[in-house]
Amino acid sequence: MTLSFKNPPVKKMAASIMLGALLLATPATAADYVIDSKGMHASVNFRIKHLGYSWLTGRFDKFTGTYSFDEANPAASKISVEIDTASVNSNHAARDKHLRSGDFLDVSKFPTAKFVSTSMEVTDKSAIVHGKLTLHGVTKDITIKSDYVGGGKDPWGGFRTGFSGSTKIALADFGIKFNLGPASKEVELQLEIEGVRNK
Amino acid sequence: MNLKNTSNTYGSVIKFLHWGMAIAIFALFGLGVWMRTLTYYSPWYKPAPHWHQSIGVLLLALLVFRFLWRLANERPNQDFLKPFDRIASHTVHIAFYALLLVIMVSGYFITSVDGSSVDVFNWFSIPSIYEKQGAEEIAGFIHWTLAYAIMALAGLHTIAALKHHYVDRDITLKRMLPNHWFNSSP
Repeated sequence: MTLSFKNPPVKKMAASIMLGALLLATPATAADYVIDSKGMHASVNFRIKHLGYSWLTGRFDKFTGTYSFDEANPAASKISVEIDTASVNSNHAARDKHLRSGDFLDVSKFPTAKFVSTSMEVTDKSAIVHGKLTLHGVTKDITIKSDYVGGGKDPWGGFRTGFSGSTKIALADFGIKFNLGPASKEVELQLEIEGVRNK
Repeated sequence: MNLKNTSNTYGSVIKFLHWGMAIAIFALFGLGVWMRTLTYYSPWYKPAPHWHQSIGVLLLALLVFRFLWRLANERPNQDFLKPFDRIASHTVHIAFYALLLVIMVSGYFITSVDGSSVDVFNWFSIPSIYEKQGAEEIAGFIHWTLAYAIMALAGLHTIAALKHHYVDRDITLKRMLPNHWFNSSP
């Protein structure tokens, strides 16, 4: 939080991340990355307790995103991810249909979910990413615990970095009211991100 | 009691299929609408769809049998019907077969497009024959739409039957009812 006080333009910048990614003139040090959702070296996974007895896992198959990452100044990094909510996949067609319905994601009304970072608290190779998650038409501040996994040249002439992030959200906070029982009010999100640096 | 149709009236097999399937179709519609409103902790949350699917599969088998039986039987005469009534009733009957076939197949696909089989009570199961991610949405839309279309068609069919009985005062409805209800011809 202290970072955002010291760095007031961060919010404005966050709003223009998508635009920023397109701009040619970027600071020499920070590099812009496109999340490799084409080669699928990234995933947006979730898990929720079933009755309190086990974990039910699933993921969103379709998403896109960009981030900027500067090894010298990681606190200035930014990320934005857009998720196609209809691509929810829990490996069970009838359940996925229910998850897309008005009881849960209501994908015809809210076809995309979005995360846009606002600030970073960096410690060594981890960070707490503050940002706004828009899901089911509701925008809320969330924090994602993120670890830098690795980075470097790939064998095909590109440069990649990768991160792993996790967070927990309460469904009711985002207006999803279907009662799955007392043990299933929160969903854990697990994000695996690999980005290819723009040339 | 004739099992097969005669030139005057329907046989008992078709009567049984007609009324039995009518009851099952209305029950499935009600069950289908109701089960979508169940909460996760309702004791019916799992059995209601299971019964809906099981009855649906058996109904599909009956529908196929009924169509074959229809082909193998003569059609009771319709000479007393006006040409419009004849064409309209034939169209409605064919539409019933088509819509019922499609709604049942679409229901099967809602469950099976992820590769899972459809269990019929705890008796047998139908394996998946087609897998496509997301196809359950299209199948579900068809299933839901046709459910209401079939109810509308059933309404039309009922009104027509009552019209023949009370307005035209012909044997249309009578010959689909059990013989002993009406011993004398109209």
